[in-house]
Amino acid sequence: MALTETPMQRERATTIYEKSKRGRRAAVLPAAEVPEPPLEELIPAKLLRSEPPRLPEVAEPEIVRHYNRLSRRNFDLDSGFYPLGSCTMKHNPRLNERVAALPGHARLHPAQDPKRAQGALELMWLLQESLAEICGLPHVSLQPSAGSHGELAGLLLTRAFHADRGEARTKVLAPDTSHGTNPASVTMAGYEIVKVATDERGGVEMDDLRAKVDDDVACLMLTNPNTLGLFDENIAEIAALIHEAGGTLYYDGANLNAVMGQSRPGDMGFDIVHVNLHKSFSQPHGGGGPGAGPIAVSERIEPFLPRPQVVRRESGNGSGPSFDLDHARPKSIGRLRGFQGNFGVFVRSYAYILSLGADGLAEASETAVLNANYLKARLAEGRAGERVPVAFDRHCMHEFVLSGKPMKKELGLATLDLAKRLLDFGFHPPTVYFPLLVDEALMIEPTETETKESLDAFADAIEQILAEAESDPEKAKQAPYTTPVRRLDEVKATRTPKVRQSLS
Amino acid sequence: MSRYTSATPADREQMLAAIGVDSVEELFEQVPEPLRLGRELALPAGMSEAEVYERLAELAARNADAEEQVCFLGAGMYDHYVPAIVDAITQRSEFLTPYTPYQPEISQGGLQAMFEFQTAMSELTALPVSNAGLYEGPSSVASAAYLAIAASKGRRRFVVSRGVHPHSRETLATYSVGYGAEVEEVGLEDGLTDAAALAAAVDGETAAVFLQSPNFLGAVEDVEALGAAAKEHGALLVVAVDPMTLGVLKPPGEQGADIALGEGQPLGNRLDFGGPSFGFFCGTEELMRKMPGRIAGETDDADGRRGFVLALQTREQHIRREKATHNICTAQALNALAATIHLAWLGREGFRELGELLLRRTAYARERLAATPGVELLHEAPVAREIALRLEAPVDRVLERCAERGIAAGYPLGREYPEHEDGLLVAITERRTRTQIDDLAEALGAAIAACGDLPVHTTGKSPQGVH
Repeated sequence: MALTETPMQRERATTIYEKSKRGRRAAVLPAAEVPEPPLEELIPAKLLRSEPPRLPEVAEPEIVRHYNRLSRRNFDLDSGFYPLGSCTMKHNPRLNERVAALPGHARLHPAQDPKRAQGALELMWLLQESLAEICGLPHVSLQPSAGSHGELAGLLLTRAFHADRGEARTKVLAPDTSHGTNPASVTMAGYEIVKVATDERGGVEMDDLRAKVDDDVACLMLTNPNTLGLFDENIAEIAALIHEAGGTLYYDGANLNAVMGQSRPGDMGFDIVHVNLHKSFSQPHGGGGPGAGPIAVSERIEPFLPRPQVVRRESGNGSGPSFDLDHARPKSIGRLRGFQGNFGVFVRSYAYILSLGADGLAEASETAVLNANYLKARLAEGRAGERVPVAFDRHCMHEFVLSGKPMKKELGLATLDLAKRLLDFGFHPPTVYFPLLVDEALMIEPTETETKESLDAFADAIEQILAEAESDPEKAKQAPYTTPVRRLDEVKATRTPKVRQSLS
Repeated sequence: MSRYTSATPADREQMLAAIGVDSVEELFEQVPEPLRLGRELALPAGMSEAEVYERLAELAARNADAEEQVCFLGAGMYDHYVPAIVDAITQRSEFLTPYTPYQPEISQGGLQAMFEFQTAMSELTALPVSNAGLYEGPSSVASAAYLAIAASKGRRRFVVSRGVHPHSRETLATYSVGYGAEVEEVGLEDGLTDAAALAAAVDGETAAVFLQSPNFLGAVEDVEALGAAAKEHGALLVVAVDPMTLGVLKPPGEQGADIALGEGQPLGNRLDFGGPSFGFFCGTEELMRKMPGRIAGETDDADGRRGFVLALQTREQHIRREKATHNICTAQALNALAATIHLAWLGREGFRELGELLLRRTAYARERLAATPGVELLHEAPVAREIALRLEAPVDRVLERCAERGIAAGYPLGREYPEHEDGLLVAITERRTRTQIDDLAEALGAAIAACGDLPVHTTGKSPQGVH
């Protein structure tokens, strides 16, 4: 039990519906300006609604206060260090928000005639070209809405590729360290997932892979560097194995921030790559989206890309190139979503690529790797090095994984407790309990935009929490104390779900 | 150009020393030498903020947006007014920059906003359970199909009306290849789903029937009557709806829908050339544990305080992996927040009034346009906010002439419906004034008169092709 309640804790959560009072309102609508017949004259009465939805009735000032109050109950990247592994919580430049909000972008209708959307199509084409160069693969579709959508696209592309050769394969391989989206996408695409083991250096276990590769394998999905933050040194051999067996090699781009301008998935032998624009390319995460998950592919996959595809056409009459949406793609897997993709995200990411340029992107990855290794070194010192040792002791790329197993055994503190105590120190905790093969895992990704001072402060906080736990382990087990609410009953929320406000 | 990073040369030296290496290159030695790029990316060098702004502004200026043209384009995304408070609130760092709320103690703002969003969407659709949002409309349709396979214990056949958005139907077809499912389309008669054909198409192997109301041609469907075929065979009834019409049109939950979903853009989201927006997805209690996406739920903290968490996470990919109800992870939380704020701003009365305004302006526009020489109605069915017309002149040429007068007159139906090569779909929002509607009628009349001596069907395929 917390000794003292913070002011925010004293303020009970109240929904906008509980602030509603009949007769209050915010919106003033334009006058109709046209005849106003009864609705029954326009729509058959049986298709009309009898009572309007019970939306809240609140005046504008209180709506603003309500959501401002809510916002203060969130921790965010602009407030502090957010070392959430595999999520690449790097700075979100405000310039990108400004250019995305230009009316020429924000108020452009998606069905506008391509002749009158040349700027938007050129931007998309330029982004495609940039991502192609970064990934080392010649063709890009911007359509997928997020990483998992890109994964599904990649698997459907694989299916189409094999079908075109008269093959029907049933299995997809992925390491036991893979993101949960990988196996979930595999099932949605109608394949069976087969797990591949991890070796003692944190890479794919080659003997296990060899034993599982056969002509029924459609694809191997890999993250490289993988979710342990380690670059798989055997990637060339892995690629050769899969290609010889006739499969495709899929790159989960969640960790691309480690290798921009340093090493390219296409050069590693991957056929299909998804890129999380909301990770490596600075689109704000928005509390759970929006993102975008463009895919880059090799020549042999290109015919099957989703439609429409943005294309550049040379005029031939000296008036310069024009841009268009190409729907005439007979082998395409078809659409994955409405219209052309999350264009607003494309604007932000293209602005980011222009800002950094070739040199800046390479430097970003370099600094991300430097920051991660430095923080890893700091956490190898003192109590952290004893209680939460690194799971695979070698240089990491942009992130690394610690194991809280000794801490749990010696102090009785679970990784979750450490994470919750970090909240009281003003840090967002690392990703916890992932990857699954590391006991009590803590996955830490600092990104390039953090200062050495932030990294030091984080390492100091871990040290302090571990020191505190030696004399008072209960402190962490009951944490947090200073957050708007304390530990929440997640079991109750799932057993007796209350997923909307009840209204009278 | 080094950007948004802080490491000074002195920092770097200290950090390298702490790591125990001489250079950053040493850290990259785990990348086998042949796989190291060894050159700079073939991209331009970094630019200053002012230069990036100018470059992006230059690109934006080459688009005809809805400030420059009067926009009668719809087809799923609409030029509604987004109130200023939506931008002000969604641009707050606390909403803009956090990740998915995996740590609920410090994510109460976002989680409560999801809970409020779910309440609003549940009210709009009159179904008890809403998730916190999916990517956008069409992929939500394909997601409902995945749920329907599970809910029907493995039926793999979908029946879909041709009144469902063409992008939704195509997305459903794309996903169905992975699902190992087949899709049968049912045609339209006089603008409405052919009820007899639908009844004939549904059988005991059908997992779900998909309808849209108002449908793509703008017609308000009798969902309850059409849905009887689904009920008879134990198939789920999935209905795509335009959320902006739900203040006045009967909600899908009162018409027998098991799932109501749709494109969320009209609620608080700008056009953005098609995204990001969000998809909404509501269903019955029975389907709750099979639903895709995040769902926020109310609970208590250790001291008994009210709080919110991600509920029912055992459906999700990060827990269930290959057995998850869907693969979705990052979705469109900020866009759903925009909708939540917009709906609070409209409020109970404002939302209904907006629906009435749409109906009446659309009725006026329909009459006005139908009276224009060379224009006739494509169907006589009741409409809410979109009007399908038939033009007596090649549609692309008419559109071109209207565009020269600063009007985006509508969506050429021939892009998606070869049988309506002469069709034009005109969308109305509260921003389209009576004067603008009158101007459209006049511009269409003049354009048709000018092109009228040309036969309607000579232009062949529209610039984007027929597919």
